Amino acid sequence: MAQEPILTARGLVKRYGRVTALDHADFDLYPGEILAVIGDNGAGKSSMIKAISGAVTPDEGEIHLEGEPVHFRSPMEARAAGIETVYQNLALSPALSIADNMFLGREIRKPGLFGKLFRTLDRSAMEKMARSKLSELGLMTIQNINQAVETLSGGQRQGVAVARAAAFGSKVVIMDEPTAALGVKESRRVLELILDVRRRGLPIVLISHNMPHVFEVADRIHIHRLGRRLCVINPKEYTMSDAVAFMTGAKAPPGEAIAA
Amino acid sequence: MAEPNTAAQPSQEFEKVLVNSSTDVASFDTHDKTPLQKIQHFLHSTPAAVPFVVLIASILVFGLAIGGRFFSSYTLTLILQQIAVVGMLGAAQTLVILTAGIDLSIGVIMVISAVVMGNCAVSYGLPAPLAVAAGFVVGGACGLLNGLLVSRLKLPPFIVTLGTWYVIMSTNFIYSENATIREADVTAVTQWLHVFGVNFKVGTAVLTLGVVAMVVLVFGLWYALNHTAWGRHLYAVGDDPEAAKLSGIRVGRVLLSAYTIAGLIAALAAWVSIGRNGSISPSAAVTDYNLQAITAAVIGGISLFGGRGSILGTLIGAMIVGVVSMGLNMLGADPQWKVFLTGVLIISAVAVDQWIRKVAA
Repeated sequence: MAQEPILTARGLVKRYGRVTALDHADFDLYPGEILAVIGDNGAGKSSMIKAISGAVTPDEGEIHLEGEPVHFRSPMEARAAGIETVYQNLALSPALSIADNMFLGREIRKPGLFGKLFRTLDRSAMEKMARSKLSELGLMTIQNINQAVETLSGGQRQGVAVARAAAFGSKVVIMDEPTAALGVKESRRVLELILDVRRRGLPIVLISHNMPHVFEVADRIHIHRLGRRLCVINPKEYTMSDAVAFMTGAKAPPGEAIAA
Repeated sequence: MAEPNTAAQPSQEFEKVLVNSSTDVASFDTHDKTPLQKIQHFLHSTPAAVPFVVLIASILVFGLAIGGRFFSSYTLTLILQQIAVVGMLGAAQTLVILTAGIDLSIGVIMVISAVVMGNCAVSYGLPAPLAVAAGFVVGGACGLLNGLLVSRLKLPPFIVTLGTWYVIMSTNFIYSENATIREADVTAVTQWLHVFGVNFKVGTAVLTLGVVAMVVLVFGLWYALNHTAWGRHLYAVGDDPEAAKLSGIRVGRVLLSAYTIAGLIAALAAWVSIGRNGSISPSAAVTDYNLQAITAAVIGGISLFGGRGSILGTLIGAMIVGVVSMGLNMLGADPQWKVFLTGVLIISAVAVDQWIRKVAA
C-alpha cells in the first residue's frame, strides 16, 4: 500500500482485572477499503473496536486518525472526530421514529428565535435529510419516515442504523456483526449497503463471524488472536479454511502477511 | 473469490437462487390489515387516544345517569379544580415514568415545599416571593437528591424514592412539629400564597388560576417532550438506556434533569395546593396524592416500562379519575366505589398498554 493509513493503532493494551483483553494490538485502516476483522470468541476484537470507537479507553497504546493522535474518552468524541459505529444491538430507540433515531444526540434546531429561545427542533429539515440519506442507500421503500423503529423488520432497522452511520461518518464507519441477526435476503441487502458506502469513498471496518460474507466484501482481512493482530491477509490469496486455521491457531500465519 | 463487489449477482453459491426472488427487501408491510390491527396501529402512534375515549365515555355514562346537572359547565369546571394538584403531580410523575423510573416521594416533596413556603412567610416573616422561592429550592433539592442517587449511584428508582419518601416525610414532621398553619394566619401576611386559589368566571364556568397553571404546565411539558432534543432524549433513555448512551446521549444528565424538574413541579403543585386548601398541613393526605399521581399517569397510557405515552394522556387520566369520583358523588354512591373503579381502570389501562406494544411483533 502506497497510501498512508487513515486510522492506525499501535500497542493497544486493555486489561479487565486480571484478564488481558488487548495485548499490544496493532491496527491499520487505509482510505476507501473494507477491512474485515475476524477472530475467535474472546480474541479481543470487540475490545479493539471499542477502543477505536471510544466506547472504552485503552490502558496503553496510541491511536492516530489521519496522522493526528486522538484520545477518545466517549463514543461522542469519536463521532465528533468522524468515526461512526453501527453497534451489534444497533443502538436505536425502538419507540422513536426513523427520523428521530437518525438524529438522536445531534438534533437540528430551528433557525432564529424559536430555535434559540425555545430550542424547537427543526422536524422538517431532519425528516428531509433522513429521507434523502435513506434514498441514497436505496432504502426509500420506507414510506413513512415517522414510523416507529420497532415496527420495522430486522433488515430495515439495520438499514436505518447503517444509513445513520453513513450520513454522519465523515472518515470511518465501523460495523459490528451487521449480518449476524439477519436472514439470507436481508444479509444480502446489508452487504450491498456496505459496498454502497465504500463506493461513496468511506473506509469501513467490518467485524463478522460470517466467513462467506467477509471473503466476499473485504479488501483485506485482519485476523485477531489472543488479544493482538496475528496477521493481515488478502482474501484473494487465501481460502476460508486458511483464515479459520490462522484464527484458531491450527496453522502458523504466513510470514509476509504479518508485515502487511 | 473473483470480484468482490458484484452486488447484483451474489457471489455465494447458496445465494444464486436469490436472483429470481423478489427484490423489495426493505419495503413495508402494506398488506391489508384487519380493522383490529388498524386500531392497534392507530393507538400505537397516538397513545393518548385510549384515555380520551374512556374520558368521553365516562362523561356520557355519568351524564346519562345523572342528567343535565352533570353536564353543567359549573360541574365540569369543578372537576378541573379538584384535579389541578393531582394533574400537576401526575405530570411530574410522567417525566420520571417516561425514563422507566418511578418517584414515590413526589407527594411528600409537595408537602414539605408547602410547609416551607408557609413557614417562611408566616413564622419567619419573609416576603412572599422569597417564601415561594424557598419552597421551590426545597422541592428542587429533593428532586436533585433523587436524581443523583438514581443517575450517579445507579440505584433502582423504586428503592431510592421509597427511601427519600420516608426521609423527607420524617424531616417534614420534625421540622414543622406537625403544626398546621391556619388559613387566617397565611392571609394575614400575604395574598400571594393563595394566588392559585383565585377564581374567575367564564360564563357559568368557574376556573381557578390553579387550573390554568395545570393546563399551561401540561402543554409546556408536551412541547418540551415532543419538540425539543431534551424531550426526545428523555423518551430514548426510558426506551433503551444502553442504545441512548451509544447514540451519544448523556443518560445521567437526562435522568438528573427529569427528577429535578419533577421536584420543581411538586413545589409548584404545593403552591397551587395552598391556594386550594387555604391552610397548610404537614400531614396532608400524602399517600393519596402519591398514588393518584401515579394512577393518573398509568390510566393516561404512560407505560411503566418507560419511553412510551403522551403527557396529554396524564391530564386526561387525571380528568377520568375526577369525572368518576364526581359522578359517583352526585349519584350518592359509597365513596369506596370510586376506589374500586380506579383499580379496575388501572388494570385495564396496563392491559391495553401491553396489547398496543405487541404491534411491533
